[in-house]
Amino acid sequence: MRLDTHALTILAIVAAALASPPPAHAAGGNPAASPAGPTKSTKSEPSPEPANGAKARETAEGPRTPPLIQAEPPPFSEGIFPCSGCHVDPGDRTRRELTFHEDIQKVFDHDSNARWCLDCHDAQNRDVLKLASGETVPFTESYRLCGQCHGDKYRDWRAGVHGKRVGQWDGQKTYFLCVNCHNPHTPGFKGVKEIEVDGKKTTAPTLEMLRPEPRPLRPEEMRRPVAPKASTTAAGGR
Amino acid sequence: MSERKSLPVVADAPADPSRRAFMRTAAAGAAVAALSSCGVEMEDFLRGHFKEFSPDELRHVLAKVERKNLERFGKKTTVSATGPRPGVEFGYGLDLSRCVGCRRCVYACVAENNPSRQSPQIQWIRVMEMDKEHGVDLAHANHYYEADAVPRPGKFYMPVQCQQCRNPPCVKACPTQATWKEKDGIVVIDYDWCIGCRCCMSACPYGARHFNWATPTLPADELNPHQHYLGNRPRPKGVVEKCTFCIQRTREGRYPACVEVCPVGARKFGNLLDPESEIRRVMETKRVFVFKEELATHPQFYYFYAT
Amino acid sequence: MSGAAEFVKGSARLLVTGGRAYKAWVAALLALVAVGAIAYVHQVRTGLIATNMRDQVSWAFYIGNFTFLVGVAAAAVLLVVPAYVYQWKPIKEVVVLGELLAISALTMCLLFILVDMGRPDRFLHVMPLLGTPNWPRSLLAWDALVLNTYLLLNVALVLYLLFKTYRGEHYDRRIFLPLVLLSIPVSISTHTVTAFLYNGMAARPYWNASILAPRFIASAFCSGPAVMIILFQILRRTNRFPIKDEAIWKIAELMSYAMFLNLFLLGAELFKEYYSATEHLRYTQYFWGGLDGHRALVPYAWLSLTCSVAAFVLFLIPRTRRNYVTLNLGCLLIWAGVYIEKGMGLIIPGFTPDTLGEIYEYTPTATEWAIAAGVFGVGFLVFTALVKIAAPILVGTFRAPERVAAPGPSGAGFPAH
Repeated sequence: MRLDTHALTILAIVAAALASPPPAHAAGGNPAASPAGPTKSTKSEPSPEPANGAKARETAEGPRTPPLIQAEPPPFSEGIFPCSGCHVDPGDRTRRELTFHEDIQKVFDHDSNARWCLDCHDAQNRDVLKLASGETVPFTESYRLCGQCHGDKYRDWRAGVHGKRVGQWDGQKTYFLCVNCHNPHTPGFKGVKEIEVDGKKTTAPTLEMLRPEPRPLRPEEMRRPVAPKASTTAAGGR
Repeated sequence: MSERKSLPVVADAPADPSRRAFMRTAAAGAAVAALSSCGVEMEDFLRGHFKEFSPDELRHVLAKVERKNLERFGKKTTVSATGPRPGVEFGYGLDLSRCVGCRRCVYACVAENNPSRQSPQIQWIRVMEMDKEHGVDLAHANHYYEADAVPRPGKFYMPVQCQQCRNPPCVKACPTQATWKEKDGIVVIDYDWCIGCRCCMSACPYGARHFNWATPTLPADELNPHQHYLGNRPRPKGVVEKCTFCIQRTREGRYPACVEVCPVGARKFGNLLDPESEIRRVMETKRVFVFKEELATHPQFYYFYAT
Repeated sequence: MSGAAEFVKGSARLLVTGGRAYKAWVAALLALVAVGAIAYVHQVRTGLIATNMRDQVSWAFYIGNFTFLVGVAAAAVLLVVPAYVYQWKPIKEVVVLGELLAISALTMCLLFILVDMGRPDRFLHVMPLLGTPNWPRSLLAWDALVLNTYLLLNVALVLYLLFKTYRGEHYDRRIFLPLVLLSIPVSISTHTVTAFLYNGMAARPYWNASILAPRFIASAFCSGPAVMIILFQILRRTNRFPIKDEAIWKIAELMSYAMFLNLFLLGAELFKEYYSATEHLRYTQYFWGGLDGHRALVPYAWLSLTCSVAAFVLFLIPRTRRNYVTLNLGCLLIWAGVYIEKGMGLIIPGFTPDTLGEIYEYTPTATEWAIAAGVFGVGFLVFTALVKIAAPILVGTFRAPERVAAPGPSGAGFPAH
């Protein structure tokens, strides 16, 4: 009976996913039509799973691909988004030391000799990112930008080998974005912290490395506890 | 479908349980008086092996564990005995190039699996700090590192837990068949059948088995009420326990607690029989190794270096 | 069986009567047992955390004692071989005494296993038919079987022989001899299976050497007869037991050969470890030289070696093995040497460092010492009681009432002194 209900759940999830309209490609972080059902907030189409492979499997072997849910991206620094709030026109496009965004400039360490802001940020519309092809992508799909150079990591990430997933190993799972763990301006991994965005648990990269949890007790440090009287009988718990 | 049907089918089940039951009853007569005076319940003394339980007996036993939990912790719990799923064999991958040794897994495991907290402190995951210059060399492993920040320069980290061997030396060593390997690959222990001889601990090459040297210390407010009979139900004094790949979660399709907590995504889990699972992707695209492969235990726990 | 009640009554009378030395000895043993019992109650209440065993060293003092005593139990009966080969007249007496020693050693073995168990209340689970013994894969299930078989065999043999002699009847050689001969392979297999228990664990390189079982047998040939030699002397004095000097010297000579073999096998093992110097050397290093500053066992290792070598020399030289002072000194040295080597020296380095390279230096707690003392108390008590009953039967002073009037021992193959 357990199996049957399980299969039913999967069916229901997949049916809901298929029934929902395909999300608009450039819908950004906030798709207009939030699909109903268990797939809650499938935000963007290019899920980490290779799209064609997934489709092929669904038709050939029945509904097997688990629905993937994108984790909430970490929030922008306060008051910084939308960028178009300040960047109204393209402005000076030459590479230079900026006189603002000091916090970013201070930590910037991402092939910093050869790269600067407008290699990734679109000059026309500062609220989106720009691929090498000139195509723009929303911040919620930044992985496509990262994947341009980090192809091997991108491939591993889409297969679930790089990065983290939580949820069901056999079903609905949430995948984390590159920027959940890597600060795009200084992407070498340092540490992450758990945060809550829109009431959902997610993670954000930090500039401090992690502090390890306490070490285990050494065998010498485990001594006979001051045995509470009741423990010998009740908590002996057979 | 009954609960019993989802339990493992055991090819080498001990023969003729009815005769054994009779023998037990007959032989027990003499011991009754002595044991009941020691607070050992007759029912426990005379019970059969887990694999011999009828569906009714199993229900009864699970209800009893729940009742005992209530008595001991004053907390309502649900104890299941969900069996392995056909077509599923669990595999675990751990990316040594990612692990930073933060020990989040250790404590997520503790919170999930109800082990004793102090004296004895039982942790199913042990994270070892090793020198990069020595590689995986146990003679230079530091189990008790403390630091303000990890990873420390020149070090790498290797977490070890039960490797769920396909050829488990512990199962071979157990004199009472109190531990066995399930169809989905999880090596389980029946805490009510273990006699506490610790043969399995001597036999395990991974230090994965832990003994309740005293009555487990587990505060009621830290009790995880979602339990499995062969997994995280509270243990009595004097029995052995170990990682079960969070059987209470994974048999329901969820990731183990250590996988979900890992801040660097170094831990991968899935069905080895599913070519699309994350663990299969790891095995197909990365170079994996198993710990102490020379012992031919054939773990279902794989280490790999993603970079 | 007629006379059984009389036999029991007579035995009980024998047990409660005795000289001052006997009573003091029994009182001392009872005191030991009491100490052990109190300590065991404490251990049962608090759990095995009352010991210094931990996950890193999960077997220790109890199992070490167990291993040593399995050797004693096995070797006691092995004396039957020389007795038979050299056609000693008092073969029956040698056999009986050896078996009495085996019975008490096995009692201690089983007790040491019992006190080491986390859940002794579940002992039924390992019983055939009653529980689910892991046949035939688990060596401990095998061990339980051979130990109990050996115990039953010895009890049956001794009871049969003693009761027959008590009643003044001839024992049936067609029953007696096959059983005695059967007890020899069974005794060797108890010790071999116990060696295999450790030997079979690939996780513990220190034990995972095929030389382990031969070493067990060789050292057992030393420790078992050492007890017998001392016992023979005591019985000779107290019960006018007809054991000739030559027999004792012969045993001592055989012991020196066994000790040579034991030392040779040890040397072979040490050579392999130190010359190849693989990662497996660490366990041997820990025992003989200490590891990373951990040296708790090192003095014992060298003490054991010194004792064994000294005993070997004493037993090898005819003059010293014929001198009862040096002979008995040799017996004590052998006991000390083998006790360390087979007990702590075998078990602890197997776990140090543990399977993940951690070094935890184990030393027994007072509770462990007390419980072990209690178990030895029980064992010696059993042995004393058995000998107290058996010796008069064998010498012919404890007989069935209807025989009391009849002249001397008859038909028991007992030569006049």
